[in-house]
Amino acid sequence: MPSAAGGPQGEQFPATRLSVLTRIREGGEAERREAFDLLARAYWRPVYAYVRLRWRREPADAEDLTQGFLGAAWAKSFFDAYDPARARFRTFLRVCLDRFVQNQWKAERTVKRGGGVPVLSLDFRNAEGALAGREPVEPHGTETLFEREFSRSLFTGAVERLRAELAARGRERVFTVFERYDLGPADEVTYAGLAAELGMPVTQVTNHLHTARRRFRELVLDQLRELSGSEEEFRAEARDLLGLDLE
Amino acid sequence: MNPLSDATVGRLRAVTALPDPPDARYTLLEVLGEGGMGTVYRGHDTLLDREVAVKVAHAAVGPGSAAFTERLRAEARVLASLEHPGIVPVHDVGVLADGRVFQVMKLVHGETLEAALSRHPELDRRLGILERVADAVAFAHRRGVVHRDLKPSNIMVGDFGEVLVLDWGVAKVLGQGEASAAAMGPAPAGMTGPGAVVGTPGFMAPEQAEAGALDQRADVYALGALLAFVLAASVATGAAPRPLRAITERCLARDPGARYVDATEVAEEIRRFRSGARVLAHREGWRERLGRGIRRYRTPIVLVVAYLAMRVLVAILGR
Repeated sequence: MPSAAGGPQGEQFPATRLSVLTRIREGGEAERREAFDLLARAYWRPVYAYVRLRWRREPADAEDLTQGFLGAAWAKSFFDAYDPARARFRTFLRVCLDRFVQNQWKAERTVKRGGGVPVLSLDFRNAEGALAGREPVEPHGTETLFEREFSRSLFTGAVERLRAELAARGRERVFTVFERYDLGPADEVTYAGLAAELGMPVTQVTNHLHTARRRFRELVLDQLRELSGSEEEFRAEARDLLGLDLE
Repeated sequence: MNPLSDATVGRLRAVTALPDPPDARYTLLEVLGEGGMGTVYRGHDTLLDREVAVKVAHAAVGPGSAAFTERLRAEARVLASLEHPGIVPVHDVGVLADGRVFQVMKLVHGETLEAALSRHPELDRRLGILERVADAVAFAHRRGVVHRDLKPSNIMVGDFGEVLVLDWGVAKVLGQGEASAAAMGPAPAGMTGPGAVVGTPGFMAPEQAEAGALDQRADVYALGALLAFVLAASVATGAAPRPLRAITERCLARDPGARYVDATEVAEEIRRFRSGARVLAHREGWRERLGRGIRRYRTPIVLVVAYLAMRVLVAILGR
């Protein structure tokens, strides 16, 4: 199992890396671990939310199942069986998860923690806080739930990367504009208000915002491409999750 | 970092989906409105440092070849030449990397026709707005341009009371085939041509809906639909003044030959009605003519009658 799936601060994100799934399947040991780490980071929150809301498990139980599922996926190479021609990876992963939860007692006995399968460092308290007030989901809403949580995970990761990247270049103010305008409460910020607050012309506010958004989109698309099983899947995901037609 | 909220994820999704014009002159900042043919964004013109409205077509229309782009620009020049206080002109056009055409226009601060109507219940004020719409369209007609998509959401009343006709995106320059945005129409690549259907049901002339040949009289039809819209919002059904109903009916004639020739005639008819003059569309009986005459000359009539009454009174008291 790869190292902790904590924050990606300072990490660069090359645009033309091979799909994570290809690297997990075909890479050397180090590359496989790195690729799996990236995949786990993108999916652990959707997995946890899914186990909580779809399978209605208590938080402690859901934590164990999330860790157990990712551990088992690594140890037993679940994802090697993925065939891009048959389904989207997200759907495949969800089906794997459903099977895993159904067979959890067996799986828990099979997948021993330790022994080459280190426990992921995941902030479950934080993830649980994000689920406050959420209603359990009926089986017909599972795809939507998983998609929504995946989007949240994708965007949250891209925001973290953007922050780290801009900080590394000494362009914190660009991120501040983005954070205030796009991440804060809606309808409370105006360009003029932000310009006055930050002591810059309105033009600079809109320029900073545009710079940050453009890079944010690149980061989201790069990550989405990496996490997709094929170019076709990537385009379909971009269309469904982001409303972008990349044809 | 805490996971983003649903609202923030939704906002970021919208931000990510914002089109990004390739030449970097224009940056799109947020969605202002969604139409059948395109989405309008608040944008920023970084070269001239000003706010603009950018309309991006829903459908890609063709390759971004030099010849194609040049054709768009040539046609945009015609639309941009429509310098009239009631027309929001096109500043620029371009093609996004994905083949969708965008138009850059002045960003208008104001309210939609519907909002303006709700604030101005008086029929005459409402007709005044419509008269200015007809004037603006008449100006375009005199330059051989047909709007093709006149409807309430394409009319705005500005902060200074000015009436503006928006979205010349599907306008047609008569004698030159499709105008720039022909490109902005709903037809997919390779299908936009003289036979393509553009417009909005309810405000679209029959010949337009049938993708037949059309001219200024298609706009006359839409002006009639707008007049009907204003009347319906102003007075109870059937209670509209007969001359106004006659103007509306002539605009909405199924046969283009039975309509007014162009928006100039419509504007003049509305002006006639507002000033109390006889409208051409309506043959009135002597009672109607008398009633209209009395209404039109109410003030001098009242003055004359008052004068005569005073003279009579003085004569009686003087005996």
